Amino acid sequence: MHELGIVFHMIDTLQEIAAQNELTAISKVNLRLGEVSGVLPDYLVDCWDWAKKRTDVLQEAVLEVEQVDAVTVCNDCGKTYPTVPQGKTCPHCQSPNTVLLHGLEIEIDTIEGC
Amino acid sequence: MDAIKVIQVKEDVRANNDRAADALRERLRDAGTLLINLMSSPGSGKTTLLSATLDRLSYELSIGVMEADVDSDVDAHTVASHGARAIQLHTGGMCHLDAAMTEQGLRNMGIEGLDLVFLENVGNLICPAEFDTGAGAKVMILSAPEGHDKPLKYPLMFEVSDLVIVSKMDVAPYFDFDLEELQKNVRMRNPNATILPLSAKTGEGMDAWCDWLRKAVKEWKV
Ligand SMILES: Nc1nc2c(ncn2[C@@H]2O[C@H](COP(=O)(O)OP(=O)(O)OP(=O)(O)O)[C@@H](O)[C@H]2O)c(=O)[nH]1
Ligand SMILES: [Mg+2]
Ligand SMILES: [Zn+2]
Repeated sequence: MHELGIVFHMIDTLQEIAAQNELTAISKVNLRLGEVSGVLPDYLVDCWDWAKKRTDVLQEAVLEVEQVDAVTVCNDCGKTYPTVPQGKTCPHCQSPNTVLLHGLEIEIDTIEGC
Repeated sequence: MDAIKVIQVKEDVRANNDRAADALRERLRDAGTLLINLMSSPGSGKTTLLSATLDRLSYELSIGVMEADVDSDVDAHTVASHGARAIQLHTGGMCHLDAAMTEQGLRNMGIEGLDLVFLENVGNLICPAEFDTGAGAKVMILSAPEGHDKPLKYPLMFEVSDLVIVSKMDVAPYFDFDLEELQKNVRMRNPNATILPLSAKTGEGMDAWCDWLRKAVKEWKV
């Protein structure tokens, strides 16, 4: 269900952008999706295909999803590491004082249309 | 045929909602109404806690409650019978409330004269954490039977909450619930969170919770 909510927020944003840029049809949407954003790409595309039919400007729009790998940085040793296999604890110095740098993105990168 | 235009957007899908939430928070600040976003798993004791809270505070504060549910309005009837102005919001299958839905609910309920409004969000520890509703404070409830390991499994919910209520403390011994371990796990995710163990059934911890609310309402109005 979360994916459907995300799609509704996407559609709101896309409608605004289409109006601002005087587009009558969006043909493609490139989305950057973080690895730990909690959104499953397959479900997202299913929800998209259902919801776009109900939106004038998106009738022919294709959604392309690009995964953004999750990366964490350690505040103690300054090194970065992949979040998914390592979690909160820095594999270089074992510090728990780490912050997520990438991986939460649900970002509309570019759109194409006329 | 028109040429295809490529537009660089580079904007998070949640940015629109964040702007709407900030604007709503401003308006609530001007109105002097504190909105609290109450989040938890299903059945953690939100409605029971709100009823017990209303019994203690409805003589000194005007309180509204918006109950979000996929369907049904039993919770709204329950809190209304304890003295709140209450409405039910149906989310139509959505797993969280966003700022637009919250604003519409507030408009339908009417906030004139209210000091405090609780938004009982959809029962779920994941999605509500990601969407700012425009609330002035975020409170989550973890019930003791759910276990002290939950901050490790649902970190975002614990990171965004100003206050973590541990409910159903009366039954904690039956579930091998370790409060110290929980406090450690919460602090690791969110060093600034206040943690309040309580039981709506025995009344343990209810005074501290009511004091927290009184103070939050007072600070919101200045
Ligand atoms: N022992 C004990 N039981 C409690 C306490 N608070 C709530 N309960 C019980 O827990 C169950 C669920 O409580 P609710 O208040 O309906 O929980 P909720 O979070 O509003 O539930 P949903 O709205 O369905 O997600 C009920 O059977 C309550 O009686 C408590 O402090 N102690
Ligand atoms: Mg309830
Ligand atoms: Zn390190």
